[in-house]
Amino acid sequence: MSSPTVSATAALRPYRAPGPVVIEIENVTKLYKMGAEIVHALRGVSLNVRRNEYLAVMGPSGSGKSTMMNMLGCLDTPTTGKYHFTGKDVSGMTDDELADIRNREIGFVFQTFNLLPRSTTLANVELPLIYAGYSPSQRREKAVKALQDVGLGDRMGHKPNELSGGQRQRVAIARALVNNPSIILADEPTGNLDSRTGEEIMQLLEELYELGNTIIVVTHEEDIARHARRIVRLRDGLIESDVRQH
Amino acid sequence: MQRLLNEFLESFRIALTQIRANKMRSVLTALGVIIGIVAVTLMGTAIRGIDTGFQNSLAMLGDDVVYVQKWPWGNVEDWWNYANRPNVKPRDAEALNRIIAATPNSLLEVAVPVVQRGVAIKKDDAKVSSVFTIGTTGDYARISGAEFKEGRLFNDTESTGGREVVVLGYDVAEALFPGGSPLEQTVLVAGHPFTVIGVIAKQGEFLGLFSFDNQAIIPLTAFQKYFGLRGGSQLRVKITDKTKLAAAKEELTGAMRRVRGQLPGERDNFSLNEQQAFKAQLDPIKQGIAMAGLFITGLSLFVGAIGIMNITFVSVKERTKEIGTRKALGARRRSILLQFLIEAVSICLIGGLVGMVVSFTMFLGVRSAAPNFPVEFSPDLVVVSMMVSVITGIVSGFAPAWGASRLDPVVALRYE
Repeated sequence: MSSPTVSATAALRPYRAPGPVVIEIENVTKLYKMGAEIVHALRGVSLNVRRNEYLAVMGPSGSGKSTMMNMLGCLDTPTTGKYHFTGKDVSGMTDDELADIRNREIGFVFQTFNLLPRSTTLANVELPLIYAGYSPSQRREKAVKALQDVGLGDRMGHKPNELSGGQRQRVAIARALVNNPSIILADEPTGNLDSRTGEEIMQLLEELYELGNTIIVVTHEEDIARHARRIVRLRDGLIESDVRQH
Repeated sequence: MQRLLNEFLESFRIALTQIRANKMRSVLTALGVIIGIVAVTLMGTAIRGIDTGFQNSLAMLGDDVVYVQKWPWGNVEDWWNYANRPNVKPRDAEALNRIIAATPNSLLEVAVPVVQRGVAIKKDDAKVSSVFTIGTTGDYARISGAEFKEGRLFNDTESTGGREVVVLGYDVAEALFPGGSPLEQTVLVAGHPFTVIGVIAKQGEFLGLFSFDNQAIIPLTAFQKYFGLRGGSQLRVKITDKTKLAAAKEELTGAMRRVRGQLPGERDNFSLNEQQAFKAQLDPIKQGIAMAGLFITGLSLFVGAIGIMNITFVSVKERTKEIGTRKALGARRRSILLQFLIEAVSICLIGGLVGMVVSFTMFLGVRSAAPNFPVEFSPDLVVVSMMVSVITGIVSGFAPAWGASRLDPVVALRYE
């Protein structure tokens, strides 16, 4: 069964003009020490991402894709080079400053969902709001809305193990959306899902993009990358190609 | 501020969820704290019990009475100085009472002579040996707080007339007249017939050692007639206001020196004793209990703290990925630190609560099994235990919680 939305309709997909620059990466390198060996994960990467772009970062394993994702998500800082996030220099920030940026500006969607197993759906979605300092009533209100937006308004009291894989990833997406971030950063979001459910998740990301969100998907699957409007390919720590597609 | 409060509440919620999810592990971990808290509360219970028992015993002696004696209470090193002092005589009391009567606004009320010795009291075949028998005057009623079960104390006429009448302590009366009233009956006090005119109500034991119920009271004149006064006597002086004890003792010293005709500059040839002197004797016992208790408490809390530290390390290891997720979602170092600290503190608090329930149960058991054993449970023990628990939790949880807060989110997220 072929999917109705993928390549066949690619030419008809809506395209929204990108807004101001959100991410500005300039000649970034990243070195790791693995024992005595030094690994050059990134060897000088420059990249701009504008608001309301839909970007896929691709590359085989060892290409620096994961490092790139950690860098983009402010989980890590570059060894050399500059990284500005919405105009702020992230490269020299402390751990706590980075935590605040992640909390307010970045919505993470992980391959393994990373939900708290003993907490309800609602509590999971509320989590970023706790660290943002919202009151319990504000948290509840925002979390309920986010869950309704991903179509899980009727699953708020469920625990993750009572949900299907696709529903879990929807909860994770609701959690990523709840604090109204500047970008949604999805790391292999369909990696743990069957292809049909994966397609549903990609459909949801598509809708979110159309609603004006900025989305970065890190993946090694061409099928997934095809959803994006722009594909950046990494190889050996360098950008191999950066192609826009409509 | 709001953020910190939210994180605090959230941390408590997580901690409780975790503890509920790992019940067995949490209970085993809390065992050390439980033992520690049991030790600290039982120690406190014992020390407080001794204190209370002591206060109660002092009340039996009469806490407004000063004893004039040849010897001071407690140890003396230069005993020969004391041995050469003159004995305190019953007629000193008369002289003292005359001075008191002549002094306006005297802080002293009355001086009563008391002589004492252990004698056997018999009734038919029943015999109580070494009854603590005192000889005194009718004024004794004014200094003794003891109540009468039946009958009365002898009056001045009976006392000075040297009548052979006796007031029995509760236990003595029970032993000699089981089930019946001893009033108007004759008993043999060291072989001499005395008529029972009163029985004192049950008073209990002094510090659990000396029973106030194993005593008998006879008139001083009769005492002198049968037993003599060679052992010397003591004066019990009642003061009017026990809050002015120091001033009263000063007045009493002056009055006694006048009675004795002592010259200025001469050292007092008598001692004033009061019950507070017992406190000095009791302190080493209390300190001993406290030291032993502290040692046991410290040891078990130390072991408990290591257990909690260990389990918190395990918890951090198990939940590395969760820590990574939380950090990715915006948890600061402080948030993670707080979360695991509160988890450790919660286990300790639960241990503390269980420990207190255990020691309270033990306390109730001891009290119902041995009512005379001096124990007392108090609310400040609860506060102390809770504080000890919290501090143990913080101390033991800090290292693992600190480690968790410093985890690199990238590494933590990748952890399986």
